[in-house]
Amino acid sequence: MEIFECTLLILLVVGAIATVSSKNLMISMIIFMAYSVVMSVIWIILKAPDLSVTEAAVGAGISSILMFMTIRKLRDIKKEKNEEKH
Amino acid sequence: MKKSIKDWFSEWDEDKINLTELTANQGNENLIKEEKKEHNISELVELKQKELSRAGKIYPVLAALLCVVIIYFMLMTVSGLPKFGQADNPTNNEVVERYVEKGMEETGAVNVVAGVILDYRAFDTLGESHVLFTAVIAVFTLLLADKEEKETIEEGQIMKQDNILRNTAIFIVPLTVLFGIYVILNGHLGPGGGFSGGAIIGAAFIIYAMAFGFSGIEKFLTLKTFRIIVLCALLFYSGAKCYSFFCGANELHSIFGPGTPGMILSSGLILPLNIAVGIVVACTMYGFYSIFKRGRI
Repeated sequence: MEIFECTLLILLVVGAIATVSSKNLMISMIIFMAYSVVMSVIWIILKAPDLSVTEAAVGAGISSILMFMTIRKLRDIKKEKNEEKH
Repeated sequence: MKKSIKDWFSEWDEDKINLTELTANQGNENLIKEEKKEHNISELVELKQKELSRAGKIYPVLAALLCVVIIYFMLMTVSGLPKFGQADNPTNNEVVERYVEKGMEETGAVNVVAGVILDYRAFDTLGESHVLFTAVIAVFTLLLADKEEKETIEEGQIMKQDNILRNTAIFIVPLTVLFGIYVILNGHLGPGGGFSGGAIIGAAFIIYAMAFGFSGIEKFLTLKTFRIIVLCALLFYSGAKCYSFFCGANELHSIFGPGTPGMILSSGLILPLNIAVGIVVACTMYGFYSIFKRGRI
């Protein structure tokens, strides 16, 4: 069980660094989703199932959907600006 | 006499012409000086660029240093904390003892967390719901489109026909909504509660809107109904708990009473409050998505 916990904690650190350091916004969002899933498993190990359910629903589900929408909107705005320039 | 603006300009032009004549008359020396000036300017530009490139190298180093310092202090603080899960930790004081030992008896909730969140600390949860409400209002003021813009947005974002998404959504959406309702209604019996259950139902609505467009959900959730639902839920929450908020909740027995722990209709006000919070959260999550996507609910 301890090995499992250690791997999860290491995954958390690796995920956090990878989220910041990846250059593609889409990829960093997907890594962030994975981070939230790992975090929700850790909440279960820490005997906080309430938090785990909330983390899985809000962290991995809805916040990342909103981030994806924002990335798409930013792309649309960039496209419009490029079209105006040309 | 006052000078008109035209006069001012003409005089200014004359001055300019005079100046240019002067510089022309002064001959080669000035030219050399100007060349020197230009040379100086180009040198200055180069220097600035060098400084900028140096700054570009310095800033990441400084940022990394700052990060290392902050990480050092945080790790120092964490190493000073008591060990996790020890019996004699300062967090295990009389408050926690009271919650764990008498929580089920006093609130009637098997899930002590729900008892703490919605009974002992109901005021904090009311604040949380209001944080969400305020966030929605802020998003409304920023992103809500005008009536004239509506048509262009709809034209630009006609949903693509996606068979995989649609066939998956047919199976997943009802199950997800049912699971969300289960999580809300079992908030006082097991892990879950209004917040997580509401988020699950909101996610189900979002999947439905992704697969089949907004017209299906618009039948029962428009901006008007959204406002009424959120207002009623928040008013019900604060109305049901206002007496204990004002009186400090000393020796207060609610009308419903704790009931027998373990039954679904037990634990006093926790179940209706869970439903109110769940409705607010579900509507808010779907509202966020809809406003982000097309500028209105």
